[in-house]
Amino acid sequence: MTKLYVARNPRVAARSLDGEMMIMSGRDSTLFTLNKTATILWQSADGNTPLNEIVEQRICAEFAVEPVTALQDAESLARELANHEILKISEEPIAQGTLADGAQR
Amino acid sequence: MSGLLEEMSAKALRLNIPLNVQLDLTYRCNERCVHCYLDHDDHGEMTTTEIKHLLDEMADAGVFILTLSGGEIFLRKDFFEILEHARRLMFCVKLKTNAVLIREREAARLLDLGVESVQISIYSHRPEVHDAITLVPGSLKRSLNAIRFLKAHGLKVIIANVLMTENMRDYTGVRALATELGVECTLDPTVTPMMDGNRSTLSLSVDQSELRQVFRDASLVGDVDEFCAIPAAPGENELEATPCSAGHTACYVSPYGEVFPCVQFPYPTGNVRQQRFVDIWRHSEQMNEVRSIRVKDLTTCTSCSHVSNCTRCPGLAYMEGNMRGPSSQDCEKSFARTGVPSANMLAKKRQAANLVQIRAIPTSAGASVTGAIA
Repeated sequence: MTKLYVARNPRVAARSLDGEMMIMSGRDSTLFTLNKTATILWQSADGNTPLNEIVEQRICAEFAVEPVTALQDAESLARELANHEILKISEEPIAQGTLADGAQR
Repeated sequence: MSGLLEEMSAKALRLNIPLNVQLDLTYRCNERCVHCYLDHDDHGEMTTTEIKHLLDEMADAGVFILTLSGGEIFLRKDFFEILEHARRLMFCVKLKTNAVLIREREAARLLDLGVESVQISIYSHRPEVHDAITLVPGSLKRSLNAIRFLKAHGLKVIIANVLMTENMRDYTGVRALATELGVECTLDPTVTPMMDGNRSTLSLSVDQSELRQVFRDASLVGDVDEFCAIPAAPGENELEATPCSAGHTACYVSPYGEVFPCVQFPYPTGNVRQQRFVDIWRHSEQMNEVRSIRVKDLTTCTSCSHVSNCTRCPGLAYMEGNMRGPSSQDCEKSFARTGVPSANMLAKKRQAANLVQIRAIPTSAGASVTGAIA
């Protein structure tokens, strides 16, 4: 199975508000909020950790959810976030620029 | 405000989080706008290290929208270093500038750093009017060139047009210019007193008839009848509401590290050079005093028919002497909008009437004259 890598788009603005991420799109200033699962995905999206590892180590560890189902949901979520240019996705590791290292805040 | 941002603001209010901060990086400026409320000397601006540390503290405190303003921000040689740090912390960064120093290279860098928007002051579409306000010949041309550079790079640009007596007739021209340039345009008829309390700048404010004209321009206000309608009596919820976001989800930090509830509300609440930003935000007695005020606590205004939809600025009220009192400039706006004088205006009128006592003064000839003012 092909591995999928996810990375935060450094063009967005983001801040955690009471455990949920507020993200403002760099493309058109649209504001999004991520639920707790999507927030974990966002915070783990370092460009180097494959999505299946993020799901196993972070999402399944936090929520009572089947790994296969969780991975399918996470892939679908990652693609949706990529459509909004919030995340970058690739089948290769993604080099992160100097920006976007404040994602835990 | 979008629905989601409104929701986030309500959440931030509940959690006591300063979602929105304006940080002035300098009061120095390369323009000398006639209505400016600042003293342009450097009295000891925060260093690059101090500002970066402050940004770290702000990110930890939950600040999301960071407006970098001045003075003229591009006069700081470390501006891009500060901006880069802010973006690394993933703030939504908005800039306020006159843009005179923005050229191709600066515009490209701003795009690269993911700035959300750049607000640029334009006072008129005519150089002779704009430059007479900034007191810098050629400034309109340079600001407009910068807007073109920024637009060419795909940045969001907002023209901010402050309306005064000198440029009152030009706002339609500025709006047409904004349309031509493909940028947004905001109009603000409020000239504020200087931060040191000097109120001489207010003489530049547009007068009642000009305000009335602006408020009846459908291209600005939409439905004029609705905008100018006589307000309904306030409900219980409106009286329990907070006057504005200053001190609740927003605050302002000066180039010297002073924290105020808002840029227009110069009530000192602490200094980040002495205390952590979050401690000032959460525990400052002054910030908590501002935070405690509800509409029902306002003197004069609670009995005013405009209270439910007045634009009353607590900062302007503070500069008039009482943060719980009325802001006369907003009373003027409510009057211009609806034709109904505010409670404050009526009270002042009564007060003035009491000061003028006209009585008969006996003359030696036994006749009388009138008009003695006590």
